[in-house]
Amino acid sequence: MSGKITNILMVGVGGQGTLLASEILSEVLKEAGFDVKKSEIHGMSQRGGSVVSHVRFGNEVNSPIIPEGEADILLGFELLESYRYLPLLKKGCKLVVNDLKINPSIVSTGGEAYPEGLEEKIRQRFPDCILLDGLKLATSAGNAKTANTVLIGALSKRLDIDEKYWLAAIGKMVPPKAVEINRKAFYLGREAA
Amino acid sequence: MKEILSGNEAIARGAFEAGVRVASAYPGTPSTEILENIVQYKNIDASWAPNEKVALEVGIGASFGGGRALVTMKHVGVNVAADPLFTFSYTGVNGGLVLVSADDPEMHSSQNEQDNRNYARFAKVPMLEPSDSQECKDFTRLAFDISEQFDTPVMLRTTTRTSHGKSIVTLEEPVTGLPIPKLTRNAAKFVMLPGNAKVRHPFIEERTLKLKEYGKNLPINRVEIRDTAIGVITSGVPYQYVREVLPEASVLKLGMVYPLPDQLIREFAAKVDKLYVVEELDPFMEEQIKAIGITVLGKEIIPVCGELTPGILRKAFNLPEPEKNTVEKLPGRPPNMCPGCPHRGVFYTLNQLKAYVTGDIGCYTLGFLPPLSAMDTCVCMGASIGNATGITKVLSPEEQKKIVAVIGDSTFLHSGITGLLDMVYNKAPATVIILDNRITAMTGRQENPASGYTLMGEETFQVDLPQLVSALGVKNIRILDPLDLAETKKVLQEEMDRAEPSVIITQRPCVLIKREGVFKRGNTFEVDLELCTGCRACLKLGCPAIIWQAEGEKKGKATIDPQLCTGCTICEQVCKFNAIGAKK
Repeated sequence: MSGKITNILMVGVGGQGTLLASEILSEVLKEAGFDVKKSEIHGMSQRGGSVVSHVRFGNEVNSPIIPEGEADILLGFELLESYRYLPLLKKGCKLVVNDLKINPSIVSTGGEAYPEGLEEKIRQRFPDCILLDGLKLATSAGNAKTANTVLIGALSKRLDIDEKYWLAAIGKMVPPKAVEINRKAFYLGREAA
Repeated sequence: MKEILSGNEAIARGAFEAGVRVASAYPGTPSTEILENIVQYKNIDASWAPNEKVALEVGIGASFGGGRALVTMKHVGVNVAADPLFTFSYTGVNGGLVLVSADDPEMHSSQNEQDNRNYARFAKVPMLEPSDSQECKDFTRLAFDISEQFDTPVMLRTTTRTSHGKSIVTLEEPVTGLPIPKLTRNAAKFVMLPGNAKVRHPFIEERTLKLKEYGKNLPINRVEIRDTAIGVITSGVPYQYVREVLPEASVLKLGMVYPLPDQLIREFAAKVDKLYVVEELDPFMEEQIKAIGITVLGKEIIPVCGELTPGILRKAFNLPEPEKNTVEKLPGRPPNMCPGCPHRGVFYTLNQLKAYVTGDIGCYTLGFLPPLSAMDTCVCMGASIGNATGITKVLSPEEQKKIVAVIGDSTFLHSGITGLLDMVYNKAPATVIILDNRITAMTGRQENPASGYTLMGEETFQVDLPQLVSALGVKNIRILDPLDLAETKKVLQEEMDRAEPSVIITQRPCVLIKREGVFKRGNTFEVDLELCTGCRACLKLGCPAIIWQAEGEKKGKATIDPQLCTGCTICEQVCKFNAIGAKK
């Protein structure tokens, strides 16, 4: 291991496009010349479960998973999931969080309540936290499904990587028809952060 | 050229570069994407087999015919394929054969976390274990060379973190000049009668000794000397954690985990002050190293259960840990059956009828979770039917009526057929439900013999499940639309009451099926809040689209998320107050 490794943790709910976002991010980092490793669990998690993706980059990356308590940046696609993974974050971690609540089944069926005041609780511990309305920005970009790209746009402001790599990766990773809307969503996220 | 590939994608690429002709598999997390990705290489004949045993037998045939073959499966799949594997170790190969065992420490998507390195030792075949995607590709290529050089199948063991993790891979051109497969007879080698097998057994013992010697100078068994105060022997993804947590330690990284290169281990042990083995799950290397008289610390500090993480290693070596945030207990987010899933109504009904359900492996195993809570056992692929037969053998006739086996179409074809044959043959009075959703859903919608398509996307014969069941001797066969709750309940009750074996086949495609026109989305439903009494009956379906809107502690009403609703009508059928209807 040599040099500094940057650790980005991406968390969300199955179906939110978290994995595509982590694919785009890894492509950007590879093209920008870094060593990159990405780790995630699929399978059961596709069925509306919690989704976690670890992305690490630097000169040389060893462990594919972020050592506990060492995440430098959290990209949260949902509030409860963002809060759930605070134990993996480093002190002073930067957060970009989608201001969205998706009820777990136990909440939908009235068994438990969705925890209150998560925004404040997150901010209390991690003051460097941007909350943004990904769905609203995605809708104004032209497609509600581009919320993941909005979040990638917001994340891009936290990383010192040339804009051209982000645009190229979006061009490569999303279906041709959707490239323009996704690029627009990227910029809306980037401006909001 | 460099690409970011998952371990599975890299294995597919490695097989392509190695000139593989045939690839066969049964889907299983975390191995599934290997075959899904190999389809892009047009000169490889890739197919889904009905189960792992058949997949390996197909691979063995290709090898006997002189072509290189790749066979992939999840760890528990190797249990199914163990029979041909052990004798194939004796026959050896003609074209090289590599068997990928994708293990799942931590049981992210599995029913156990068996350590399949034990299979290499048990079956006496070499095993390679990569630690990132580049090694997944390179080791796959190398494994084919070893296979042919030593006349042996070679196992390649991955774990979930190597299978699904992505890292940068440098691609190479495929090998050239491999012999063109043609029939050559060699019955003494390939017919394992006792007389022939007795000749082969000493050969494979000798082979293991030769491989031990070969491992001494094999570049993938790598000595990295740094500070010699601590030396660590490791392999696979734990190597990456060792490098992360103990960057100064000397390391013997073993790319070939069976057989172990004794001489290399002795030399490494002599160079370091204190020797450790860091490995996930069983003390596989540790026990063998101790057996050759080397003092080493392993499972004294490294857990046997679950996967390792950098944090677990830090703790094991008493290293300082970073300050951690803690959070209170939060509502969990387990996976759930999809909105509109055709299995939901079946499990709702089984719950209502208080059936004792012997379950099986697939999406429908989620029928165990509340509020459906309608599964009582689940052991392995195909076990539901044999388990049901066995249970009826010890129960009173009255209790026998409660026994219902539940199995998916793909799982039935995998290993349920023989269980059903036994149930009929031995007259067990249980009821079997075959949940036919036309796809292997849990692992990500793979084709199977009941779907009518091959892995390569070609149309093919679609097995007729009612006819198949009939041919096994089942007299009471009922075909059912599982979205009709009243009919489902009636038929289930009738067949449970019958003191004979019976099979109910529920026919409805998976809502995630990709092929156009197979699954049709219905009208979105909505709740009439005037009529909703807040009785919570619809919540017992556990549908992700139905959301409880609380009004204070006890009261509230149900609503339906129009984004999620597929219009399956199940909730409309359970609402006694006609509060749920198609959206106007």
